[in-house]
Amino acid sequence: MENPANLRTAEKITNDLLPQKFGKAGTIWTIILIIFCAIGAFAYIRQLRYGLAVTALGDYVSWGIYISNFVFFVAISLVGSLITAIFRVTNVKWSTPLTRIAEIIAVSAIVFASLIIIVDMGRPERLVNLFFYGRLQSPIMWDVVVITTYLFISLLLLYFPLLPDLKVLIDNNKNNPKWLNRVYKFLGSFWKGTPGQYRISNKAINVLCILIIPVAFAIHTVTSWLFATTYRPGWDSTNFGAYFVSGAFLVGAGAVVVAMYVMRRAYRLEKYITPRHFDNMGKILVMLALLYLYFNINEYLVPAFKMKKPEEQHLTTLFAGEFAPLFWFAITVGMVIPTLILIFKKGRRPLPMFIAAIMVVVGAWFKRYLIVTPTLLHPFLPMSNVKESYKHYFPSWEEWAIAMGSLAGVLLIITFFTRIFPIIPIQETITEQDEKHESE
Amino acid sequence: MEEQSKSRREFLATGLLATLAAGCSSADNPFTPEDNVVPSGTKVKLLSVDGDVIEVDQAFLKPVPDLPPVSNSEARRGIEGKKFVMVIDLSRCKNLKKCQEACNHCHHIHPGDNWIKVHSMQDAEHTAPYWQPTTCMHCDEPPCVKVCPVDATFKRQDGIVLIDSDRCVGCRFCMAACPYSTRVFNWGKPDIPEEIAEQQYSCETSVPQQKGTVGKCDFCPDMARKGLLPHCVTACPNGVFMFGDMNEDSVSNGAETFRFSELIRDKAGYRLMEDLGTKPRVYYLPPVSRNFPYEAGLENES
Repeated sequence: MENPANLRTAEKITNDLLPQKFGKAGTIWTIILIIFCAIGAFAYIRQLRYGLAVTALGDYVSWGIYISNFVFFVAISLVGSLITAIFRVTNVKWSTPLTRIAEIIAVSAIVFASLIIIVDMGRPERLVNLFFYGRLQSPIMWDVVVITTYLFISLLLLYFPLLPDLKVLIDNNKNNPKWLNRVYKFLGSFWKGTPGQYRISNKAINVLCILIIPVAFAIHTVTSWLFATTYRPGWDSTNFGAYFVSGAFLVGAGAVVVAMYVMRRAYRLEKYITPRHFDNMGKILVMLALLYLYFNINEYLVPAFKMKKPEEQHLTTLFAGEFAPLFWFAITVGMVIPTLILIFKKGRRPLPMFIAAIMVVVGAWFKRYLIVTPTLLHPFLPMSNVKESYKHYFPSWEEWAIAMGSLAGVLLIITFFTRIFPIIPIQETITEQDEKHESE
Repeated sequence: MEEQSKSRREFLATGLLATLAAGCSSADNPFTPEDNVVPSGTKVKLLSVDGDVIEVDQAFLKPVPDLPPVSNSEARRGIEGKKFVMVIDLSRCKNLKKCQEACNHCHHIHPGDNWIKVHSMQDAEHTAPYWQPTTCMHCDEPPCVKVCPVDATFKRQDGIVLIDSDRCVGCRFCMAACPYSTRVFNWGKPDIPEEIAEQQYSCETSVPQQKGTVGKCDFCPDMARKGLLPHCVTACPNGVFMFGDMNEDSVSNGAETFRFSELIRDKAGYRLMEDLGTKPRVYYLPPVSRNFPYEAGLENES
């Protein structure tokens, strides 16, 4: 069965895909991320000492960029379920090299979504009250439950497919520091790669892949309900769950494309992440951008047609007022221009794809800001007898530092992960290669 | 004027309690007259229980000790048999904000964090402007209580919605949920005297406010327990606020008492944002046949 040609391929693949030490660029990148995280941590220490008073939040804009960042993270994490689970269940084969990228994005984003929610709390030390006095009737508790579930399923979906690769890593442990080999052994020494083990692992992955789809829909639908269960103009919408989920798949797919491009360049993975992967992901991005655009039209056109009194002020500031530049930026840069780039075959080459995907992700971040803040500046009763500063909102430096620090934190987790684990599944790639040879 | 009537009440009660307490010998009894009091020489006239005017040396007078605060579980249950309700008569309001001052003073609230707000309202381009004070609406379907993840804000059997600041995690979902924007957050350490800040928090007094938790109008249930009206009601010189019990069908602004149902019927009382289904316990009387023109309130608008 095993001919020499195959063995060479396996060896070559393993050598290509084993995690590499940071080069110069990698080291600089990591140091920059750590600096951002440190500044964010410093800002958070200030917030712990002085309270949320260090933010620019007020009694009207009581949720700011912490919450929009939270929504952004939850959104981005949905991509794990799309690329790992939905593609697997629907038998899409080409996505194999992207599954681990998607899954680590999902795990790190959901971890920071949980952290940023704790940052937003006025009394973070009372987090335990959620367990002592938790009310299951509150949408916040629903979010706690589904996000925790999603985190654990995502971790398992990251871990199980990693097992065969851990064996490869343990077998090729010569140049590694001792602690790293200990980590590999701790995580995967029980994996021998017997058919029995594969059977159990495959079955488990299949079950998790099906389980994670409703949970993924739930995390972002419930997150949308944190807004939609209130009466406020701009939030009081039955469209919100679908609107959030579609936007989440879009930004997540955008993030995967960005990561694909960067890792392909950084680790010279051109043979594994091919133009075909970009082409396919490009088509998916177009579809998702158009889907999100569709929900945006629903979300804004229908209330704008009626212009009910509470909605009117809100929509006017979005379309033509204070928030108009940001609003049209998010629509055009986040959806329309990427679509225009990606509908052409030339636009689906790696570099233009990378640019379009960056636009999607940046547009999506500002979109989340627009979902949270303008609504809160348009309450039903006038803003009377309050501090002047409550009538506007621009985040303080501490908020920016913490938000940027959390973004850096997500990237840092992904960076460290790629340093110690193969970002493209080695064993799976080898198996697929063998199957291809056999069929030839 | 207010000060005077308060001290008079205290004198009366002291006299009464001193009589009752005669014979009690326990040392920690707050009603025991102290033996080592030196007469100051200043006499104060008091009305005795029998209706006679008597003179007592000032040194023998002690303020009535406050009722001990109720337990947390009692504060969460509420006062049995009551259904508190408030009526705000917009035809009497001229934006004096005495309600706000009294509320801030008694709850130790910083003037920037007013629980009571007086809005300048104009419903449409050609309709008349008016002043509208807002308190917490103490809704019967409270959106804030629905969303609270830890039961820190709760609805009591007497209709009052309160906050347990010892439990609040500061997520601010209640603030987003409240359509009346009634809730106020303590973004930093509240600016209150040290001796107040050190007190044990009570849901019924909402004192002291704590950093990182939410606060709002509480309908002054501690006053209701003593049979007294909320601070805003007694502070308003124009009798805008009327407070009472729906079960007794009566509301009072201190000077006048009305049958609640008749007042609402005769003056076409209504509630704010009825269409949202929140069922507020605060009713408004429309600004018709006003005591003051709208413009009279402008001088107080900063």
